[in-house]
Amino acid sequence: MPVLELNNISKHFGAIHALNDVSLTLEPGEVVGLMGDNGAGKSTLVKIIAGNFRPTHGSIRMEGHDLVMHRPIDARQHGIEIVHQDLALCDNLTAAANVFLGREMRKGVGPFRILDYGAMYKRAGELFKELKSETRPRDLVKQMSGGQRQAVAIARTRLSDAKIVLMDEPTAAISVRQVAEVLNLIRHLRDQGIAVVLISHRMPDVFTVADRVVVLRRGRKVADRAIALSSPEEVTGLITGAIEQVA
Amino acid sequence: MAVTIDDHIGQKQHNLISWLTSRQTFWVFLAVIAACVFLSFATDSFATTNNLFNVTRNFTFVAVIALGMTIVIITGGIDLSVGSVLCLCSMILAVTMHAGYSIEIGIAAALGTALLVGAVNGVLIAYVGMPPFVVTLGMLSIARSLAMVASNNTVVFQFGPDHDKLLALGGGAFFFGIANPVLYMIALTLIVGFVLRWTRFGRHVYAIGGNEQAAVLSGVPVKRIKVAVYMISSLFAGIAGVIETGWLGAVTTNLGTGMELQVIAATVIGGANLAGGVGTAFGALIGAALIEIIRNSLGLLGINAFWQGAFIGSFIIVAVLFDRIKNMRQTN
Repeated sequence: MPVLELNNISKHFGAIHALNDVSLTLEPGEVVGLMGDNGAGKSTLVKIIAGNFRPTHGSIRMEGHDLVMHRPIDARQHGIEIVHQDLALCDNLTAAANVFLGREMRKGVGPFRILDYGAMYKRAGELFKELKSETRPRDLVKQMSGGQRQAVAIARTRLSDAKIVLMDEPTAAISVRQVAEVLNLIRHLRDQGIAVVLISHRMPDVFTVADRVVVLRRGRKVADRAIALSSPEEVTGLITGAIEQVA
Repeated sequence: MAVTIDDHIGQKQHNLISWLTSRQTFWVFLAVIAACVFLSFATDSFATTNNLFNVTRNFTFVAVIALGMTIVIITGGIDLSVGSVLCLCSMILAVTMHAGYSIEIGIAAALGTALLVGAVNGVLIAYVGMPPFVVTLGMLSIARSLAMVASNNTVVFQFGPDHDKLLALGGGAFFFGIANPVLYMIALTLIVGFVLRWTRFGRHVYAIGGNEQAAVLSGVPVKRIKVAVYMISSLFAGIAGVIETGWLGAVTTNLGTGMELQVIAATVIGGANLAGGVGTAFGALIGAALIEIIRNSLGLLGINAFWQGAFIGSFIIVAVLFDRIKNMRQTN
C-alpha cells in the first residue's frame, strides 16, 4: 500500500493555477526526485504535502485514509517531516538543542519539569550514529560543516516515527564531499523504510540516489519515470519543455 | 569505523578551563575582582563595610532591570522603556499608598501596571510586527508622561499607613547586614539563571534570538514567548521601582531617567549580544557590578566625576572588542 497518495491535486491562487491535476504516489522506502524549473509548482506541491496549503481540488490519502491538514504541525503529527532549504537551524545552540527544538525532553513532575540534558545528548548521539555522521551533540551548530548541519536537520526528522521526509534542495549550497555525505543520509532514511521526496535542481544527485523522478512543468506533471528508464538528457528536455510529456 | 564514529560523537570538546576562558562574562568577572583587590590596597575607604554596603546596594537597581533586559536582548529585541516604566511603577506605588491603601495593594497596582505596559509592548512587537526599538521608544515617552499625570509632577514622600513597611522593604537589611535590595537581586538572578538554562521557555528564548524563522518552523510559540519576554522586562523594571521607592523614601518624576542606557551597557558588558542569541543572568549582574565599581572607584581615587562617562563608555567598547577579536580568531 502506498504511504501517500495525491489524487488530482490542483492549487489555484486567484487566476494563477500553480498546480493542475497532479497525482503522485509514494511507496515506503522509496526515494522520489521532484524536479522542475522555477515556478513549475515544486514548492507549491511540497507545501501542500507539508500542510502549509490546502489543495483547491483533489484529495490526499495517507496509508489508505483521507488526510486533511490545516497547519504544518498536523503534517508532523501524521509522520511527515520536512528538511527546509535553509535547514532552519539555530547557530547559537548545540546540535542536540537543535535536534530537539520544539520537542525538548524534560524530567520532573507536573509543572516542575526541567530540561533533561543528559537524555537529549544521549539520544542525539544515537541518531547521529545511526546516520553515520561524525557530529557531536554538544557542539554548537555555528562551528559545523554543511554536511554536519544537514545531519542535524535530518536527525530531527528521526525523532518521531516519520513515514515521509521532504527534503528541499539539501545539496544546493554545500561542497562536493559533503554532497556525498548527504546522499548517504538519504540512503539511510530509505533503508529504514521511509519515503523520501528529494526536491533538487542537481541532476547528478537525483540520478545517484532516487528510484523515480517526477517532473513538473507549469503546474502539470509531465513525467513520472523510474530512474533506470530515464536519462538526464530526457529530464532536462522535460523540464525545459523540449520534450512535451512522457508516459 | 563504527568505533571511531562512537569515539567522535562521544568526545567532549571543552574542558572547564577552555570553556571559562571562552566566556566574556568570565573576563569581566576577573576585571571586577582585580578592580576590587586594587582598590582595597590603593584606598583606605573601599574595603570598609560602609562602602561595600553602598556599592552592592547601588548597582542592584540596574542589575535587576538588566536581568529582564538580558532576556529581551537574547531574543534579539531591545526594551528602551525600562527607565520610564521604573518611574511609572514607583509613582503608581507612591500615589496608591499615599491615598491610604495598604502596601500590598500598592505593590500589586505597581507590578500590574508594569505587566500591562510590557504586554502592550509585546503585542505590538510580536503580533503587529513593529520594530522593538520604535515601540519601546514610544513607550519610554508614554510611561514617563503617565507618571507625571499620576502625580501631577509632584514629589511624593508620604506613603500612608504602611509608610514604615515600605521603607523597611527597600532600605532595611534583615539578613547579616546585607542590604535588602541585594538579597532581592540575588534571588532574581538565581531565578532567571535557572529559567534560562533549565526550562523549555529559556531554551526557546535562545532559539528565537538564534534564528527566529527556524524557531517558527520548529513549532516554537514565538509570538507568545516574545510577549512574555517584554512583560518580564517590564515586570523587573517595576520590581526595581518598588525597591528603589522603599530605599529612597521619595519619588520624583525624573527617577530612572536615562537608566535604560546604563542597563543596556550592563548587559552588553556582561556578555549579551545585541544581535540576539547570547547572554546570561550572571553576566547581567557582573556587568552592572563593574559599572558601579568603576563609578565608585573614580570617586574614591579622587578622579573628577566628569570622567565617569568616558571610563564606562570605554569599558563597553573594550568588552565588545574582546568578543570581536575572539570571533575573528575563530573564523580564521
